[in-house]
Amino acid sequence: MRYLPKSESDREVMLREIGARSIDDLFAAIPAEYRLKRDLNIPRAYAESEIVEFFRQRAAESAQGYATFLGAGAYSHYRPVVVDSLVSRGEFFTAYTPYQPEIAQGTLQSIFEFQTMICELTGMDVANASMYDGSTGAAEALMMAARITGRHKSVVASSVHPEYREVITTYARYQGMPVATVGYSKNGRVDLEALDKAIDNETAGVLIQSPNFFGTIEDVVAVGEIVHKKGALLIVSIAEAVSLGIVRPPAEADIVSMEAQSFGVPLGFGGPYCGVIATRDKFVRQMPGRLVGETRDRNGKRGFVLTLSTREQHIRREKATSNICTNQGLVALMCCIFMTVYGREGLKDLAKQNLAKAHYGAGEFKKAGATLLFEGAPRFNEFVVQTKTDPYTINDKLLGQRIIGGFPLKKLYPELGNASLWCCTETTSKASIDAAAKEVAL
Amino acid sequence: MNWNEKIRKATTHISQNEVLIFERSSAGKKAYQLPPLDVPEVDPEILLGEQMREDLGHMPEVSEIEIIRHFTRLSTWNYAVDHGMYPLGSCTMKYNARVNEFVARLMGLAEAHPYQPERVSQGALLIQRLLREQLLEITGMDAITLQPAAGAHGELTGILLVRAYLESQGNPRKKILIPDSAHGTNPATAAMAGYTVENLKSNSAGMVDIASLEAQVNEDVAALMLTNPNTLGVFEQEIHKIADVLHARGALLYMDGANMNALVGKARPGDFGADVMHLNLHKTFSTPHGGGGPGSGPVACKKILEPFLPIPILVTKPDGTLGFDYNRPQSIGRVRMFYGNFGMHVRALAYIMANGPDGLRQTTEDAVLNANYIRKGMEDSYDLPYRTPSMHEVVFSDRLQAPRGIKTGDIAKRLIDYGFHPYTVSFPLIVPGAMMIEPTESESKASLDMFIEAMKDIAEEAEQHPEIILEAPHNTRVSRLDETAAARKPILRWKPQSAAGEEAQQAVAVDARA
Repeated sequence: MRYLPKSESDREVMLREIGARSIDDLFAAIPAEYRLKRDLNIPRAYAESEIVEFFRQRAAESAQGYATFLGAGAYSHYRPVVVDSLVSRGEFFTAYTPYQPEIAQGTLQSIFEFQTMICELTGMDVANASMYDGSTGAAEALMMAARITGRHKSVVASSVHPEYREVITTYARYQGMPVATVGYSKNGRVDLEALDKAIDNETAGVLIQSPNFFGTIEDVVAVGEIVHKKGALLIVSIAEAVSLGIVRPPAEADIVSMEAQSFGVPLGFGGPYCGVIATRDKFVRQMPGRLVGETRDRNGKRGFVLTLSTREQHIRREKATSNICTNQGLVALMCCIFMTVYGREGLKDLAKQNLAKAHYGAGEFKKAGATLLFEGAPRFNEFVVQTKTDPYTINDKLLGQRIIGGFPLKKLYPELGNASLWCCTETTSKASIDAAAKEVAL
Repeated sequence: MNWNEKIRKATTHISQNEVLIFERSSAGKKAYQLPPLDVPEVDPEILLGEQMREDLGHMPEVSEIEIIRHFTRLSTWNYAVDHGMYPLGSCTMKYNARVNEFVARLMGLAEAHPYQPERVSQGALLIQRLLREQLLEITGMDAITLQPAAGAHGELTGILLVRAYLESQGNPRKKILIPDSAHGTNPATAAMAGYTVENLKSNSAGMVDIASLEAQVNEDVAALMLTNPNTLGVFEQEIHKIADVLHARGALLYMDGANMNALVGKARPGDFGADVMHLNLHKTFSTPHGGGGPGSGPVACKKILEPFLPIPILVTKPDGTLGFDYNRPQSIGRVRMFYGNFGMHVRALAYIMANGPDGLRQTTEDAVLNANYIRKGMEDSYDLPYRTPSMHEVVFSDRLQAPRGIKTGDIAKRLIDYGFHPYTVSFPLIVPGAMMIEPTESESKASLDMFIEAMKDIAEEAEQHPEIILEAPHNTRVSRLDETAAARKPILRWKPQSAAGEEAQQAVAVDARA
């Protein structure tokens, strides 16, 4: 086996040294009846060249090089080459959690930079690094709100990503946390009147998403007023991180729960991605996940360490803020490098291009005869259209042109009929928008 | 006298200084260029109105070469498996094959959108199907989900399966039993699943005490969460009896699969009585740890728990194509959006393919051989609190060194000077001053010899010159860091006006002179 650095004679010498007659001696602790006496029934060992060929074939069976209008919680953005060059350094990707800070300053400093950038972009005081993804992060943010307020109920907008809401349902069920759902109004934003009614004096946290699942930017100020008036905490989920380049940060939120996939993380059929929770200083001790802090060494030199770990499972066990241990470290590093590449001006320019493409797309679809839903509130890079034809039929036709159409909403929002959610990013060409508009018209 | 002259594996070397990226920033520098817009420009102010943001605060402005140098310099401050032995017990820091990274980045896989039509996702789905089948064969289980994102997430999924099953039987019960040697994630998981935790004492051999177990299992107990081999690296020899005691009283056996690197190809949890377990693909199946993640924590279970698995479930459709089934009324629901950490599934499958049945068995044998070789090499110099046979890891303690004021954490720091990553410090909790060593199969005899020699030298230093150990590490960029200060007055982000900024400017000045 090419990954194993021992010869047969090495093994023999070692066994002799140990005082074992054969390797079986070392497995004697396993009762004989449970020892596997046959080969595992899996394929024989493959050569590296065969492995590459096998996966090339699988890749070829997947939509390779198609234009896509899918967003809906996973966004197609250009990934600068330096992101993979840097995260492919073995010093980063073959290291473990930085528990020995003297030999992990690279990981620690980059996480500290990541935390800082997330704070700058979200307007929060402190950010962790990281949660599994946006969906589990949102669920943990609601549980965090319950710990802070000592209340137990949650309210979630139905315009939050449906899969996030499913995960919240799973997590909340055994936390004794009832979850109420609040609908959306004609402009696609959360229904403020219904929201006001849904919150009572036992409501711990209210979760909205902005831009929401329909691509609509919520009025966080107005939502914040309603939530805070009742003593609950406002949690804003951000699924499309690139929006932060041009959209006002949710400064009124008490907790921001983000999915940072848009920042240089490959779509990768849904993962690994990068969840982040950011919050106010005063709530930091109730936050789950790892945190890096600045400190000094014995000679007064600046350095970084994992900190506030008394919140975490390896210290607090069943009283911890979460059971999370492994996080999305390397993916957070990808995001950190991406944010550095685009930086202060680039993230704005990038967001503007997204805005322009989606504005053009929505306009062309409308001109072609589709009905644009949720007008009257600002959008970022996604929009919902209703078509005469079933969106699955439209998508079938587009697929023949190597275009993946928008995300049909009828299964998740049956009340919207033949509606679908379309996303245009900086990678969406005018030509593919024009081609899609033609099909949408029919 | 130079106390480091006997160190063979490592020496000092120029290490580049580097400030925080924010301290490299100045207005107008760029590392990006967008293509010209092929649609009309828009005025964000008109489209967004008061939802528009004006500026991005202190986000960095730097050039591409500065980014490459910044992160390259940072990377050189890390110790990694690529540098050498990384014997963190319970973490299984094995070699991360490069071909796995290569295939995970193939365009059709890396760029696949989770919502793209199933008909153009067959390649990705086949990868998941094959991984599922092979993990089931390796574990001896009946059904599996790849959705959980990490080990602890798998634990939560598994305990929710137990809960849903018991609920379907009429009573979800109240408690989870957890041995005192368990990982902290186990009790934290039980709490998240709405259970209370009851501690189970280990016996003098470091194993579950059957008599205590029998006394503690009653109708309130939903399951026992057991790591096997346990965190002492000891195989629970009475595993089937443990399962029988639980089953006889309607409780289930959850197996924490963190230590599967001791079992793959040699024994299967499904055969010895486990009802449900998670695997850590980032441990046993070599997907990289990435400085803390991502992981992947598939959960495998017996037939009785299958109806409760998270949605969606991968199925073969009547037309022979692969697709997802969402219609499973008894499911616990979703534990994560989409289908789990697919990129890790690709890598794990590539690892299994590279090994085949012989390679996997040899891997396990070498992992166990290495741990026992270290045990033999170190047992004259360090206290071995449990003499029970070791599997893939061995736990020593600092009992012999402690009287001289040398603790496990100090020995760990000194090991850094010798060019090794330390072992796991102070865990499991049942061993005071624990030194938990898991070499994995990835170490050659030569590197094991060097490690043993280093540990013996340190034991000698503890006798003769304890101060060297107490001041270690000596040759790292930073000496021991003040963790207490970090927690007392947390500085969790950079701010331009901070004292850190001033020091940084000094550091820039030093850089400029160089």
